[in-house]
Amino acid sequence: MLSDSSVHQLLFGRLTAAAVPIHEPILVATFAVVAAGGIAVLAAISYFKLWGYLWREWFTSIDHKRIGVMYMVLGIVMLLRGFADAIMMRLQQAMAFGPAQGFLPAHHFDQIFTAHGVIMIFFVAMPLVTGLMNFVVPLQIGARDVAFPFLNNFSFWMTVSGAALVMLSLFVGDFARTGWLAYPPLSGIAYSPDSGVDYYIWGLQIAGIGTLLSGVNLIATILKLRAPGMAMMRMPVFTWTALCTNVLIVASFPVLTVVLALLSLDRYLGTHFFTNGLGGNPMMYVNLIWIWGHPEVYILILPAFGVFSEVTATFAGKRLFGYSSMVYATVVITILAYVVWLHHFFTMGSGASVNSFFGITTMVISIPTGAKVFNWLFTLYQGRIRFELPMMWTIAFMLTFVIGGMSGVLLAVPPADFVLHNSLFLVAHFHNVIIGGVVFGMFAGISYWFPKAFGFRLDPFWGKMSFWFWVVGFYVAFMPLYVLGLMGVTRRLRHFDDPSLQIWFIIAAVGAGLILVGIVSFLIQIFVSIRRRDSLRDVSGDPWNGRSLEWSTSSPPPAYNYAFTPVVHDRDAWWDMKQRGYRRPVDGFKAITMPRNTGAGVVLAALAGVFGFAMIWYIWWLAGFSLAALMFTVIRHSFNYAREVRVSAAEVDRTERTRTRLLAAAGLPS
Amino acid sequence: MRRHRLLALPPLVATLGACHAVVLHPAGEIAAGQRDLLVEASALMLLIIVPVMVLTVLFAWRYRASNEAARYRPDWEHSIHLELVIWAAPLLIIICLGALTWVGTHLLDPYRPLEPAAAQGAAAPAQPPLRVDVVALDWKWLFIYPDYGIATVNDLAAPVGRPIEFHITASSVMNSFYIPALAGQIYAMPGMQTQLAAVIDRPGTYEGFSANYSGAGFSGMHFLFHGLAAPGFAHWVAAVRATGGALSPDVYRTLARPSEREPVRRYSSVAPGLYQSILAMCAGPDQHCKRGMPSMPGMPSSPGAPIRPPAS
Repeated sequence: MLSDSSVHQLLFGRLTAAAVPIHEPILVATFAVVAAGGIAVLAAISYFKLWGYLWREWFTSIDHKRIGVMYMVLGIVMLLRGFADAIMMRLQQAMAFGPAQGFLPAHHFDQIFTAHGVIMIFFVAMPLVTGLMNFVVPLQIGARDVAFPFLNNFSFWMTVSGAALVMLSLFVGDFARTGWLAYPPLSGIAYSPDSGVDYYIWGLQIAGIGTLLSGVNLIATILKLRAPGMAMMRMPVFTWTALCTNVLIVASFPVLTVVLALLSLDRYLGTHFFTNGLGGNPMMYVNLIWIWGHPEVYILILPAFGVFSEVTATFAGKRLFGYSSMVYATVVITILAYVVWLHHFFTMGSGASVNSFFGITTMVISIPTGAKVFNWLFTLYQGRIRFELPMMWTIAFMLTFVIGGMSGVLLAVPPADFVLHNSLFLVAHFHNVIIGGVVFGMFAGISYWFPKAFGFRLDPFWGKMSFWFWVVGFYVAFMPLYVLGLMGVTRRLRHFDDPSLQIWFIIAAVGAGLILVGIVSFLIQIFVSIRRRDSLRDVSGDPWNGRSLEWSTSSPPPAYNYAFTPVVHDRDAWWDMKQRGYRRPVDGFKAITMPRNTGAGVVLAALAGVFGFAMIWYIWWLAGFSLAALMFTVIRHSFNYAREVRVSAAEVDRTERTRTRLLAAAGLPS
Repeated sequence: MRRHRLLALPPLVATLGACHAVVLHPAGEIAAGQRDLLVEASALMLLIIVPVMVLTVLFAWRYRASNEAARYRPDWEHSIHLELVIWAAPLLIIICLGALTWVGTHLLDPYRPLEPAAAQGAAAPAQPPLRVDVVALDWKWLFIYPDYGIATVNDLAAPVGRPIEFHITASSVMNSFYIPALAGQIYAMPGMQTQLAAVIDRPGTYEGFSANYSGAGFSGMHFLFHGLAAPGFAHWVAAVRATGGALSPDVYRTLARPSEREPVRRYSSVAPGLYQSILAMCAGPDQHCKRGMPSMPGMPSSPGAPIRPPAS
């Protein structure tokens, strides 16, 4: 006979009612807010009868543009969560001095800084970058979609599934209390026996599959689907950076997958890859995770560099200065990204020669990066710079990023790293390059390509509000951390004894408050722009007098992007076409075959999420069941032969005629 | 934006002088060397950073669309001379910085023993280095003085001018042993040993802590490091001998259990071989000695092995 507890264990694994933190006021409040918000959104969708529309037109869509937009929405939603964590950390560190313990016990605080790092990198920066590449790359190379459209939808939903698991850890069980890279032995079963590290592992594994597949997809797209005439050295720089980024993804994410799989084996099956017993070694984990982790930072920054290259050339009204050296610099950074990982742990006892080697390779990366900065600089030189929002973000980037680059090279000098490693100086450094580089780049990209995606511009007033609060907020929030780092303050501390530090933490908290205003302004900007879309409408499809192909089609582009595949004769293809008096074809359209929507991606990702949840809570029957269902769905989908849909010539004709009429009504040449 | 940025740097530099930026004003020879390298590297990089920032602002202003007087060359995209400069300038800086780095990293290698004479001044008689075995516990620091047969918890002292040789390990998870005023940090890792050679130049009491997050009690993992004149140190040793109990394997096992914000403890004697047995991961509450178990070839993980042999 089975006792009650063994029945419970069989059915629910180690999941008990106690895992739901109803006794923690902070989490109950958080839950109430998230639940109220979620219910409001769901109710609104139901009220406006949008479920069918969303399912048909978005969730099951394999149109790269819609998937790109959904990635961006995911990134922005998760930004709110990651930023809520940031605010709590800043408040805790500003409050907890001397006798005051702040409002977060270690159990919460340690989860919050771990979740902040994981969410900001994997579920904010990655979706924003991937979303932008997804939306822009096929348009820029004159393709109708990515190489593997279904895979694209599946990749997106796997990322969502990973994000959902991380969010779920707020309300069922705990998240990891290990820091964002979960070094063993702390992340091993002996020191982290609860569900936290398992949420971390499965969230990242599931999202990681999505990232890897999307990398494969975009590489194939860029290599195989370029418009005729677009040689590699005629690709827009954003496409180049996207190519390099995806090469980095494909080469490095498997390392993350393996290292997390080994950690899972240690935790689930009692192996000893990363324990100290039986010949295991935690330093092997540290090496492996950084062999992924260092390329990861270039995965994030390279597309941002691409955005700045497009924006600078467009708004300076000039060809990009030094295109070839920009491309070579990107490729050199891609390669060097693999030979610097040890600089993350100079302080773990490697020899002076090893440390010097990795220090110097790290510094060498600043040479191509420096060359890029100069190329942007000389693109501005003798240009006609229009200070629209994307250009403002770019100037802010150029001024901010060089400071972050300098502090980065400083940290690459091993003796300097010995005094600054893990300090708040380091925290300031990587926020300086990630906010000053990636985040500014994403905002530049969003404001630059938003009119392309939706056919109307973003409201400039709220955009400028957001810009100024973000930029000023960044400096106010992170310059004090540089100072604190030089005062010898280390990171991840929940409480301080020295009262002289408090003022710096208070300033940093004020900075975080300013960034909050910046984020809210951005949301207001989106809202106001939707309300005022008629006055912000852009009929031309080319609101910025752009240079690359995406500006040649309508905004938003039709599902097939281009009625006729464009032919490329020059680097700035659309600029060249405009110079040569290109006339848009208005008849003679042919039928176009496009990929057909499918719900398989949503189903697969949902099953993967259930599998992850079951593994986290040791609910073996559910894990087996969901894995079997997953396999079954994969096999069934592979027999789905109805994968294409034909857009008839008449339909293309109708769509293009509408555009001709709109252009004529606006007094623009067709 | 521009005005804001230009204003942001000077106050930063000014306030660093005013506040207690221990990294910039250390009291140990190694930390001072590290500080010097940090300052030199910064100065070297500012040679290129400042012109870039100035040019950015200058170009952005001069070539604004409303300034129709400025020259506009929409097709200018290449200049072999400029290209040479923009690759060569960072290259030159990095060559200089690389040379500084190579020399500095070797000179300030934490495993490199310090010369007592150099550290102390030629007049004083050469003393052998003070050996301290450091164990990071959950969540406190154990310091064993094998030369004196004493040990302390969360309390460290060393005579001014005498080289100190730290041997560092941990009982359970990774920590990082860091006294900013004395020398740069180095990780404390279970089953492995790292080393740090340092010397304190000025008497005083300095902060020490763990610089790598190690779990719930991490924030409280502080200790004080006392730089004492030679007689003061002898006095301190005598006081520890007089007041403390014995650090037996049993006492250690109790001590090694997780606890937060431990007060200073002193031990007048230490069980022989305790540090080696901690290093071999035999001494903890739930540890079974794994000595002699197979390890991966080439990995420094066989219990008790140093990460690398000390540099000669």
